[in-house]
Amino acid sequence: MNKPVRPPENSRPVQKAKQGGKDASLRDGDRKVAAKPLRSGSSIVPRETIAGTALVFVIGIMTFLACLALGAVSLVNKSAGQWQSDISREVTIQIRPSDQVGMDDALRQASRIALSFTGVTKVEALDDAATVLLLEPWLGSGLQLSELPVPRLLTVSLAEGAAPDFAAMRQRLEAEVPGSSLDDHRAWVARLTTMAWTMVAIGVSIFVLVMAATVTTVIFATRGAMAGNRDVVEVLHFVGADGAFISKQFQRHFLMLGLKGAVCGAALAILLFLILGFWSSASQATPQGDQIGALFGTFSLGLTGYIGMILVLGLVSLLAAFTSSWTVCNQVNTLQNYRRSA
Amino acid sequence: MIRFENVGLRYGLGREVLSDLSFQIAPNSFQFLTGPSGAGKTSLLRLMLLSLKPTRGLVHVFGKEATTIKPQQMPIVRRKIGVVFQDFRLLNHLTTYENVALPLQVRGKMDADYRKDVTDLLEWVGLGNRMHVLPPVLSGGEKQRAAIARALIDQPDILLADEPTGNVDPPLAARLLRLFVELHRSGTSVVIATHDLGLMDQFDARRLVLNSGRLQIYE
Repeated sequence: MNKPVRPPENSRPVQKAKQGGKDASLRDGDRKVAAKPLRSGSSIVPRETIAGTALVFVIGIMTFLACLALGAVSLVNKSAGQWQSDISREVTIQIRPSDQVGMDDALRQASRIALSFTGVTKVEALDDAATVLLLEPWLGSGLQLSELPVPRLLTVSLAEGAAPDFAAMRQRLEAEVPGSSLDDHRAWVARLTTMAWTMVAIGVSIFVLVMAATVTTVIFATRGAMAGNRDVVEVLHFVGADGAFISKQFQRHFLMLGLKGAVCGAALAILLFLILGFWSSASQATPQGDQIGALFGTFSLGLTGYIGMILVLGLVSLLAAFTSSWTVCNQVNTLQNYRRSA
Repeated sequence: MIRFENVGLRYGLGREVLSDLSFQIAPNSFQFLTGPSGAGKTSLLRLMLLSLKPTRGLVHVFGKEATTIKPQQMPIVRRKIGVVFQDFRLLNHLTTYENVALPLQVRGKMDADYRKDVTDLLEWVGLGNRMHVLPPVLSGGEKQRAAIARALIDQPDILLADEPTGNVDPPLAARLLRLFVELHRSGTSVVIATHDLGLMDQFDARRLVLNSGRLQIYE
C-alpha cells in the first residue's frame, strides 16, 4: 500500500485555499516559501554528534604508525637482500703460515685451484698493505708482516647466480695447500636471512596490531555515535528504515573521517621518509651517514613503498567505513529482533 | 489486522501492568483507546507497534504471529504502521518538510517524486508556511501536526496515535480528529489513545477502556 495520502477535496484547509481571500493570500505566501529549496542539506545523522576530531586524530596516528611499519619492513627487506646478494657473490680463502710451503706459493696455488672451478670470475689476494691496514686497529701501526705469522686472505668473486661446488673446492684446497681453509659465508647468510625475516615478521605484526587497534577504535566510536544518536536511530527504525539504510547514514560519516585521518597520517609518513632519504643522501660522505647507510641503505623506499603507503591510506579509510557499517547493522538488527526485545 | 490473545505484560519482576488482553483491530476500523493516566495505554500501543514483547500471550500482526517475524522483515511490517508518539519524536536538526518526508526517504524514494505530496499534506495540516522551520521553533500544536503528517505521509494500513491532541486547544483537537476520521474513511484503521472524553464524544467509535491492566470494549 504505497499510494501517498491525497488531502480529501472536502477537507477544510484545501477548501479554504480554493475560496481565495485571506486564505488565498496565505497560499501565495506559501508559494513564495515553496520557491526556496525544501531541503536544508543536513544529513539524517547530525555530523556534530559524532566525535569527529578525536577519531580523525586517532586514525591519523594509526595510519602514520602503519606506514612507518610498512616503510621499515620495506627498507630492512631491501637492505637484507642487498647484503645477502653481496655476501653470496663472494667467498674467502684463508691461508695460515706453514713451514711446508712459502706464503707466496701457497697464495698462487690456492688462486689456481679456485679459478679452476666454474662460476669463479676473479681471485684477488689481499696485498701486504691492505692486510696491515686491516690489522692496524688491533696490532697498531708500523706492523712488519714478515715478523709475525699472520694468515693471508684471498677474495674469490663469483658470477651472478653461480654455485660452484664448495665442498670439492674445500677438499682440494686442504689437500694441496697446507694451512688453507675456505669460508663460503653460509653461516652469515643464514643469520642475515633469519634476521631479515624476523624484522619483516615484527613489522607485519605491528601493522596487523595497528589495523586491529584502528578497527576497535572505530567500533567504539560508532557505538558512541549510535548512543549519541539513539533518538535518530529509533525514529528511523519506527518509520521503517532497514539496517542497510541506517548503516549507510553512519558509513558515509566514518568513511570521510577515516579518509581525513588516513590522508594526514600517510602524508606525514611519506614526508618523513622523503626527509630521511634526503638527509641520508646528503650525509653519505660522513662516517655517521655511512654507518646509517650500511644499516638501512639510502632510506629510499622506491615507488612501490610509496604506492604501499597510499594503499594503506585506502585500506584504513575503507576499514573505518565498513567497521562502522557492520557495527551499526549489528545494533540495528538487535533493535529489530522482536524475539530479543524486552 | 492486529489480534491479541491472552496477552500479559510486566516490566522486570514487578506486577502485571496489562493482563489477559484479547481483542482485535479490524481493517478499516476506528477506535479510541482510553483509561486513566498510568493505565497502560502507551504500553499497549508499544505492544501493537512490536517495540515491546509481551511476557505472555500471542500478538498477531497482519496475519503473522509476531515471534515468527524475522528481523529483516520487521521494517516491511513497520512501514504498514503509522505512529504518532506522545513526545512527537521529530528530529530537531531536520526541517518540518524533511521530518515529514523521512518515511518516504527511507523507502528509497526521490525528493522530486514526493515533493508535491509532502507539501500538499503539510498545507492540509496547516503547516504550509512552516515547512522550512526546525522543530525547536514550532509550537506544541505545530509539532503535533508535523508528527501526524509524518505518520500519514505513506498512508499506512493502521495508524497508532498516542495522545495526539494532548498539546493542543479544543478547536485544533477537533480539527485533528477530523483529519483522523478522513484518514479512516480513506481505508486506514485508526487507534487513538486519549483520556480526553470531550474528544471521544465528538465521534461515535468503538472504545477500548483500560483500567488496572484489564481491557473492556464498548462497541
